[in-house]
Amino acid sequence: MAFDRREFLKISAGVTGAASLGALSGCASGPATGGAPYKVVVVGAGFGGATFARYLKMWEPKIEITIIEPNANFVSCPTSNEVLAGLNKLEDITFTYDHLKKSVDNWVQDTVTSIDTVGRNVKTAGGKSIAYDRLVLAGGIELMFDKVEGYNAEAQQTIMHAWKAGPQTATLRKQLEAMPDGGVFVMSVPMAPYRCPPGPYERACQVATYLKQAKPKSKIIILDGNPDIASKKPLFLAAWTKHYGYGTDNSMIEYRPNNMPRSVDPVKMMVGTEFDDVKGDVINVVPPMRAATICEMAGVRNDSSNTWCPIDYRTFESLTVKNVHILGDSTLTNFPKSGSVANNTGKMCAAAIVEMFNGREPDSAPVVTNTCYSAVSETTAIHVATVFRYAAAKTGPDGKVTPASMVAQKGGGISKEESELEFAYMESWAKNVWADTLGLPG
Amino acid sequence: MKKSLAITLLLAGTLGAVSAQAIDTKARFMAANCAYCHGPEGKSRGAIPSLAGLEQKYFVEQMKAFRDGSRPATVMQKHAMGYTDAEFEQLGAWFSAIK
Repeated sequence: MAFDRREFLKISAGVTGAASLGALSGCASGPATGGAPYKVVVVGAGFGGATFARYLKMWEPKIEITIIEPNANFVSCPTSNEVLAGLNKLEDITFTYDHLKKSVDNWVQDTVTSIDTVGRNVKTAGGKSIAYDRLVLAGGIELMFDKVEGYNAEAQQTIMHAWKAGPQTATLRKQLEAMPDGGVFVMSVPMAPYRCPPGPYERACQVATYLKQAKPKSKIIILDGNPDIASKKPLFLAAWTKHYGYGTDNSMIEYRPNNMPRSVDPVKMMVGTEFDDVKGDVINVVPPMRAATICEMAGVRNDSSNTWCPIDYRTFESLTVKNVHILGDSTLTNFPKSGSVANNTGKMCAAAIVEMFNGREPDSAPVVTNTCYSAVSETTAIHVATVFRYAAAKTGPDGKVTPASMVAQKGGGISKEESELEFAYMESWAKNVWADTLGLPG
Repeated sequence: MKKSLAITLLLAGTLGAVSAQAIDTKARFMAANCAYCHGPEGKSRGAIPSLAGLEQKYFVEQMKAFRDGSRPATVMQKHAMGYTDAEFEQLGAWFSAIK
């Protein structure tokens, strides 16, 4: 059975409604750019922005899409830790935008310098002025180096964050290659929420994979700002124990919770925490992060601490600034900040804009999933998987308001154990999400 | 399957000229959500199985088997438990229609 009678009636009613509203679509959407076509401008072509643009064009070809992206190429953060292990090369996770460019109307390689949300206009460093009906900000994260004393431009030549994949990733790999056997690799985990919750712990595994084979006397010290391992904890602990001697006197990994890096010294090669100074041969500090700078330009980085962007889950439109939508890591949500979520929320936003453009209501109860793989050795991986359903804001009998959220459904969670099968699935996931995001051919 | 065909015909017949626009946008979005693992349009690269072209009945049966654990899986039980039977039917109909 495809539909029961009630659903069928609902669908027919929906279609009839659509047909009658169709003629009004121009009025309903109200182009601000002075006539057709309706213009959507996307800033940032990562997992969120690129996926959004591709699906919007597929689902509503009448909308004119412009992408503004500063980088010449797409470099994938997922699987970039494997570059540190030597399992991947940077070229393996780097893609041109050639296919994506063909799916949109205008491609602008440039940096946004200001956003006028009243006049609905974006200005770029290259002197362009681009009008929009709807603006989609998908700029990922901004790293707050000033929160770590001494982490200035000069220090950043020596101390890598490698939390945006690219040259930083390649440099960190070279530093590890140059490190002597018996050296110490000091890495940090920022306070949650941050991009890719399991990423730092996967990084420890992947660097350990390399050191175990190439420099077995070396050590990894993890300085975690959080009170405990923030993601997939039992699985990471099991992997550290199984592969890297964790829990023994000979452990390659030393884990220090509640150790937020407060300062760095690139000359003495030290990281300072509240407790002590930690010396390393290679230092990898990931500073605290917030929503991308473009979100501040649009006035949408406006949660209580001006860190993330509150949005309506049904449309990803800012809760305060009309016609500005925010995707992926920049948003304030109860989703993990993952590439998978960025990819899927790009589709949620595209679906909602298509409905609104056509004078219909966006889906009032979206359901969406997240699946994240982490490689814990050179041949095994683990995952976390969750289905989320929209729950509207509620006012209790006491008048207390529970805000709208995406509710994690029962049954979600992490792998039973690490496996080679999941490593194969992880590699397949990566190929599929790259293809889905960038429009790569099969 | 017969019933679903009947409804398809009914939809097409009843709605006549607008039938081309009669896309189940909810199913389209839910199916698109699967693409990050199963590939764009359910056509996978690598070890994760493709979904494109699977028969609706087979798709629904497998999702139910993942949910009740009778088909062992690494990831899929967690996803199957989050969707309703009606959503399995919608997704199955969507993927079966992809060539």
